[in-house]
Amino acid sequence: MALLTCRDLSLGYDGKEIAGNLNFEVNAGDYLCIVGENGSGKSTLMKTILGLNSPLSGSITTGDGLKQTEIGYLPQQTDVQRDFPASVWEIVLSGCQNSQGLRPFYNKNEKAAAKANMEKMELTALSGRCYRELSGGQQQRVLLARALCATKKLLLLDEPVSGLDPKVTAEMYDIIKSLNENDGITVIMISHDIGAALQYANKVLHIGKEIFFGSVDEYTHTRDTFAHTEGGGVK
Amino acid sequence: MTFLAEKLDYLQFPFVRYALIVGVLIALCSSLLGVTLVLKRFSFIGDGLSHVAFGAMAIAAILKFTNDMPVVLLITVISAILLLRTGQNAKIKGDAALAMISVGSLAIGYLLMNIFAKSANLSGDVCTTLFGSTSILTLSKAEVLVCAILSIAVVIVFILFYNKIFAVTFDENFARATGIKAGAYNLIIAVIIAVIIVLAMNLVGSLLISALVIFPALSAMRVFKTFRSVTICSAVFSVICALLGILISVITGTPVGSTIVAADIVAFALFTLAGKIMRGKRT
Ligand SMILES: Nc1ncnc2c1ncn2[C@@H]1O[C@H](COP(=O)(O)OP(=O)(O)O)[C@@H](O)[C@H]1O
Ligand SMILES: [Mg+2]
Repeated sequence: MALLTCRDLSLGYDGKEIAGNLNFEVNAGDYLCIVGENGSGKSTLMKTILGLNSPLSGSITTGDGLKQTEIGYLPQQTDVQRDFPASVWEIVLSGCQNSQGLRPFYNKNEKAAAKANMEKMELTALSGRCYRELSGGQQQRVLLARALCATKKLLLLDEPVSGLDPKVTAEMYDIIKSLNENDGITVIMISHDIGAALQYANKVLHIGKEIFFGSVDEYTHTRDTFAHTEGGGVK
Repeated sequence: MTFLAEKLDYLQFPFVRYALIVGVLIALCSSLLGVTLVLKRFSFIGDGLSHVAFGAMAIAAILKFTNDMPVVLLITVISAILLLRTGQNAKIKGDAALAMISVGSLAIGYLLMNIFAKSANLSGDVCTTLFGSTSILTLSKAEVLVCAILSIAVVIVFILFYNKIFAVTFDENFARATGIKAGAYNLIIAVIIAVIIVLAMNLVGSLLISALVIFPALSAMRVFKTFRSVTICSAVFSVICALLGILISVITGTPVGSTIVAADIVAFALFTLAGKIMRGKRT
C-alpha cells in the first residue's frame, strides 16, 4: 500500500480552484519532486496534504500506518520567524509536539530524539545560539532537524534551498538525499530548480496548465517532445 | 533620611503590603504573554480590549454592582474571543473592526457614565478608570484576594502551556501540522489576555495596560536571544519596575499607574543601550 495517495484532488481557497485533477501516489522510499510555476499551487498542495487546508474535492489517504500528524514539514519561511527570539535547541525540540498530546513538558525520549537530530544536522555546537543570527543554510538545517523530530517516515520540504548560495544549496541537497537513501525517509520536495529535481528525485509531479505525474525518465521524455513540438510551432 | 524612614513605615500596614503583593503579581502575569502578543501582532488586540474593559466598567458602575470585576471580566473575555474570530476571518479587516469596537466602547462608556453617574466627581472617576487609581491602597480586601487568585491562575496556565504557546507563536502552520490544536491555544491566549487586562486595570488603568504588557517583552528582546531567557527577563523586569513604581508613588504621592509606566520607560531605555553595547562588542 502506498504511503500517500491523492485521488481527483482539487485545491483552492474559499471554493476557488487553483489546481485540480491531481492523481498521484507516493510509496515508501520515494523521492518526489513537485515542480511548476510560481503561484501554481505547490505550497497549497503541501498544506492540503498536511491538513492545514481542506481540499475542495477528492481525497488524500495515508497508508503504511502513517498518521497525518507524523509528517515532517519544512515550510517556506514566514515573517514571524525572522525576528523571533528562540534558540536552536528550543526550535528543534518543538518538533516533538506530536508525541506529546496534552502533557505539558518534554520527556527524556523527546529530548534525546531532539539531540540526535541536531547531531545529524551538525547543529550540536550551535545549540544555544539564537536562530535569527544564523546563516541561511544553518537556519534551514535547524528547521530540517525540527521536521525530523516530527517524523521517521515522510518529509515535506517547501523550497528548502531558496535563498541559499550554490555551495550551501549543494550541501542541502546532499543532506536530503542522504536522509532518503540512508535513513529510508520518503521525501516530497517543492523546487524551482528542475535540474536538481531530475538529478535527485525518482518521481516528478508537475502542476500548472499541464499536469504530469510519473518517473523522472518519463518526465524528461515528455519534456523533450514538448520542446520539440513547441520549437516546431515557432518555425 | 528620616523622611524616607517615616514613609517606609507605611510598609508596616497590612494594606500597603497587600498592595505591593497584588502589584507584583499583576506585573508578573501581564509580562508573560508580551513576547507572544508582540510577535503574533496581537498587541493591538490588547489595546482594543482595554477600551472594551473601560466600557464594561462604565456599565457595571451604572448598574451599581457592588463588585464589578465579574461583569467586566465576562464582557472582556467574550470580546477577546470575538476579536480573535474576526482577526482570523480574511473577509473582515481585523484591525478596522477592532478600531471601531475600541473607540466605540470608549465613547459609550463615557456617555453612560455622564448620563447616569450620580457622583459629584465625574471627571475624577473617569480619570481613575483610564489612568488607574491615584493610589492602589484603596483596593478592598476582596479585590486584593480576587486579583491574587486570578494572577496565580494565569501564571499556572502559562507554565503548563508554555511549550505549546512557544510552538504556536513561532510557527503556527508547523504546530498545526504536528497536531497541535492551534485554534484552541489561540483561544487560551485570548482569554489570558482578557484576564490580564481586567487585572491590570486595577493597577494602571485601561489606557496604560499596553505599556505593562509590551515594555517588558520589548526590553528583554533587546538583550536576550532565547524564548526562555526573554520570558524570564520580561517577568523580572516587569516585577522590579512595578515594585519601584509602587514604592516611589507611595513615597512621593504620584499616581501609581503612570509612575510604573515611567519606570518601564526608563528601564527600556537602559536595556536598549545595553543591547547596543553588547552588539557593538560582538562585531
Ligand atoms: N491563504 C490564501 N488565501 C487565498 N489565496 C491564496 C492563499 N495562499 C495562496 N493563495 C493563492 O493561491 C495560489 C497558489 O499559491 P501557492 O500554493 O503558494 O503557489 P506556489 O507555492 O506554487 O508558488 C496563488 O495564486 C496565491 O495567490
Ligand atoms: Mg510556494
